[in-house]
Amino acid sequence: MAQLAFRNVTLGYDRHPAVHHLNGEVASGALVALIGPNGAGKSTLLRGIVGILKPLDGSIHLGGLDARDIAYLPQSADIDRTFPISVFDFVGTGLWRGTGLFGGIGRAAREKILRAIASVGLNGFENRPIGTLSGGQMQRVLFARVLLQDARLIVLDEPFNAIDSKTTADLLALVKHWHAEGRTVLAALHDMEMVRAHFSETLILARGPVAWGPTVEVLTPENLMVAMRMCEAFDDSATACAEDGRRRAA
Amino acid sequence: MIYDALIGPFTEFEFMRRALAAVIALSLAGAPIGVFLMLRRMSLVGDAMAHAILPGAAIGFLLSGLNLFAMTAGGLIAGFAVAILAGVVARSTGLKEDASLATFYLASLALGVTIVSIKGTNIDLLHVLFGNILAMDDQTLLVVAFNATVTLLVLAVIYRPLVIESVDPLFLRTVSRAGGPAHLAFLALVVINLVNGFQALGTLLAVGLMILPAGIARFWSRDLTVMICIAVIAAAVSGYAGLVLSFQTRVPSGPAIILVATVFYIVSILFGRVGGIVRQMFPGRHLEA
Repeated sequence: MAQLAFRNVTLGYDRHPAVHHLNGEVASGALVALIGPNGAGKSTLLRGIVGILKPLDGSIHLGGLDARDIAYLPQSADIDRTFPISVFDFVGTGLWRGTGLFGGIGRAAREKILRAIASVGLNGFENRPIGTLSGGQMQRVLFARVLLQDARLIVLDEPFNAIDSKTTADLLALVKHWHAEGRTVLAALHDMEMVRAHFSETLILARGPVAWGPTVEVLTPENLMVAMRMCEAFDDSATACAEDGRRRAA
Repeated sequence: MIYDALIGPFTEFEFMRRALAAVIALSLAGAPIGVFLMLRRMSLVGDAMAHAILPGAAIGFLLSGLNLFAMTAGGLIAGFAVAILAGVVARSTGLKEDASLATFYLASLALGVTIVSIKGTNIDLLHVLFGNILAMDDQTLLVVAFNATVTLLVLAVIYRPLVIESVDPLFLRTVSRAGGPAHLAFLALVVINLVNGFQALGTLLAVGLMILPAGIARFWSRDLTVMICIAVIAAAVSGYAGLVLSFQTRVPSGPAIILVATVFYIVSILFGRVGGIVRQMFPGRHLEA
């Protein structure tokens, strides 16, 4: 059964497409790597999936999931780490689905938060302000929040960027654990060796889809070369998309 | 002697007791709003909003003279209009909120001064610009207290989404649609508290009792709840000390309150536990871990 379906999806900014005419499905429980060069539209696609960005055209179907069934790990640059909030409180926001605006954090919820923090190896960091954490520690905190969200669809935007191999191994183990639990995981990645070793399915994106399928078949030097060439720059003088026009006329 | 200087004015004069009650109400509501303004990098937005309420207050003045209810209602309407328009323009066009607000507030300020000058004298203009907390009557005090109560209640409702939107807005947008309404409610609270401060401190200084205590708190704690408590205490103490200073020296009350808060701010910059200059110069021996 498809957890995610893309129907001729175009996503972008100011009418300029960053993801162009994507079709395909992600099966429920799949572990999918999303790869492509910088500017290929990976983050844009993930933002479209979690509903932050509306498609310019086409549609994304979530297989009956609503926003609260999706956990999204953004690139940490989007977080204001100067804000005075502790690791405990930050991770605790992952319980929003249960607490909403007014729900209290009772003893059971506190224990859940502490367990999530412990399971990413940050015991003793509960009261630390997030501004004092290293990049790798912050990434662990974000994973702890995803853990608490207990979501069926998990969307990770470059989750292993600029972190050491020990942290990467720990967090990758969590990703595989989520996959083993039957959750659907979609991760934007740059490390081809990691994709080859741990992700069964891969989508190569370069604004448009280059290839999508089992990693062993998709991750070829030819496809990667095509992706490198296809990633075009933003063009101010671009005309209206001909394919779009034909479809509308029909 | 000390009793006469510090307590006497309040036991002896009713207008001083009213002024003290007003600054405590302003501190309880305005300081937490100031902390969020600062943490959301909107300190100058608060200042801009203070000018935006001027045309509404001026129209109230034009219609009813120095009637504080009319000026309050006008200020609220103008402030809400500018806050909501600027917020909607920013969210629907991608224009940064401060840029959006700057255009609206400049137009408002020009309009407000023009309206006051149509009917008023220079004294009226001074009252509008600098307020007069010592001239506050019971009804105005009740309005200030009511506004402060509303602020605390609404802040309690939007507190959680406001915190999450400040630290990780993308996350909030993925789990809830509360971010937009919380932001607009927050802007409304900014307006309510500016109008409140406007009665006591005037349009030019209204934001002072919100932002300066927040700045003071920033130098003493890294915890949001503690910061809010420190800001409230700093605002109330500044208000009390400013009133005493004003009473004893005949300095105008609004500027006296803000000057006392400024002294606390300078002390905090120098000696604050979090990032204070002296603390940075003499940090003490480093720790084991």
